[in-house]
Amino acid sequence: MLFAFDWTQLAQQTVIGLSSGGTWALLALAIVLIYRSTGVINFAQGEMAMFSVFIAWSLVHHGLTYWAAFFLTIAISIAGAIAVERVVIRPVEQAPVLTVVIVTLGLLFVVDGAARWFWSPETRTLPNAFSTSPITIAGVAFSWQDLGNIAVSLGLVVLLWGLFRFTKLGLALRAAAVNPDESRLLGIRVSWMLALGWGLAAGLGAVSGMLTAPALASFDQNLMQPVLLYAFAGAVLGGIESPLGAVAGSLLLGVFVNLVGTYVGWIGTDLRLPVALAVILGVLLVRPAGLFGKVSARRV
Amino acid sequence: MPRSSLLELEDVEARYGQMRALHGVSLEVGEGELVAVLGPNGAGKTTTLRAVSGTVRRSGKIAFAGKSIARRSPEAVARLGIAHVPEGRGTLSELTVAENLRLGAYTRRDRAAVREDTGRVLAHFPWLGERSDQRAGTLSGGEQQMLALARALMLRPRLVLLDEPSLGLAPKVVAEIFRIVRELNERDGLTVLVVEQNANLALDSSSRAYVLEAGRVALEGTSAELRRNESVRRSYLGY
Repeated sequence: MLFAFDWTQLAQQTVIGLSSGGTWALLALAIVLIYRSTGVINFAQGEMAMFSVFIAWSLVHHGLTYWAAFFLTIAISIAGAIAVERVVIRPVEQAPVLTVVIVTLGLLFVVDGAARWFWSPETRTLPNAFSTSPITIAGVAFSWQDLGNIAVSLGLVVLLWGLFRFTKLGLALRAAAVNPDESRLLGIRVSWMLALGWGLAAGLGAVSGMLTAPALASFDQNLMQPVLLYAFAGAVLGGIESPLGAVAGSLLLGVFVNLVGTYVGWIGTDLRLPVALAVILGVLLVRPAGLFGKVSARRV
Repeated sequence: MPRSSLLELEDVEARYGQMRALHGVSLEVGEGELVAVLGPNGAGKTTTLRAVSGTVRRSGKIAFAGKSIARRSPEAVARLGIAHVPEGRGTLSELTVAENLRLGAYTRRDRAAVREDTGRVLAHFPWLGERSDQRAGTLSGGEQQMLALARALMLRPRLVLLDEPSLGLAPKVVAEIFRIVRELNERDGLTVLVVEQNANLALDSSSRAYVLEAGRVALEGTSAELRRNESVRRSYLGY
């Protein structure tokens, strides 16, 4: 039987996929930033982003507009993460990777507990960042929310790329990540660069969270847990060492998961997370370096 | 003897964990001098440079331009104008040639002078200009050594610590590197403390030299004197 394929639906679902993929990409980028400079996955990254969302919620609750709260939250998150790095991570800077991983796991529970202690467990909402009315492009209706998410995510990625590519500070961050000993000899304060990396990562996570929350009917302290898993899957798919890969991987994953959920009936919305986990497993088995990663030989 | 002394080590000890690598080294580098440190493997040559730049745990007296630097971090030592070109060249492998040079001047705030110095450095190493967008990690060993030296110059250093510039390089490349170092010393008055296995080359280029053995200074003198010294000739010059 012949039937007309619904191209409109495909376009809409692709954009929705890019929208969530974009928010995952920011958190994935945060994970890759820290991983590249320390060789450690910061398991607390998602909970830190959640904490940022609650800060934004409080600011909005006290009368700030969404966008005022947005920028203020980024600033607070960066400063807060730098402080956390100095207090919690710096003492174990020279310790084996496993020690640092355990410390980030501990941090996960501390941040999570703190958020539950400060803010009661009821569900909350964050106002929409963009108009809720649809926009019609070439006869297909999209939501401003999705297009806005994509624009903010990609804009931030470009901004960050510019920072790392063209500014002296960005070069120093990259140098400190890859060649810490050599960087020290050039007068680069490597330890502070790591702290700054934490700050940037937290800023990215905050944006990821603040774009994620308004799209939900309501949220609580668990809101970033699936996002962290998707972000991790995106980063692994793109190559955990590659910032570009993390972004591309997350976008691809966003589209893939959404299309699979749309067109494969029995997956629907419930099994999207397992699909992401399957992607992690598949990539690690078939191509551990990811799509954009280089297979690296490490001196030990 | 040195003119006004720029770097002074007195009774410097250094250790890696439990292992002592320097047992009281004293040496001096005068402003504008090119001083060489010779010695067999494991004598403490590299460690001596690392003691100065602060990349090894050290004690004793280390003074630079009259100020004690014995307790300063590598970052702080670099900020005083000491450029350490480590063994293995220390290129920032993921960054391009141009980015490496730019970070050589990381601590400097005088943008105009940095631009001027970029021009001067490129005059010494013209090929660096053509390769400016190439990743440093993909350069050959000799090219990386020259890049490391060029990057050190971007600090507008008062002192360059040069560790085994000849390591693993073809004789022709080594000769070229030493020619440039000598030129920088003679023409621009650059002060250099160079560690070198190749004693012939080191004594040819330097005005004075120290011979290290087992973490101590065994001999010191002008390079011409050391050249005539029986034991130096037998042990290091091979005739």
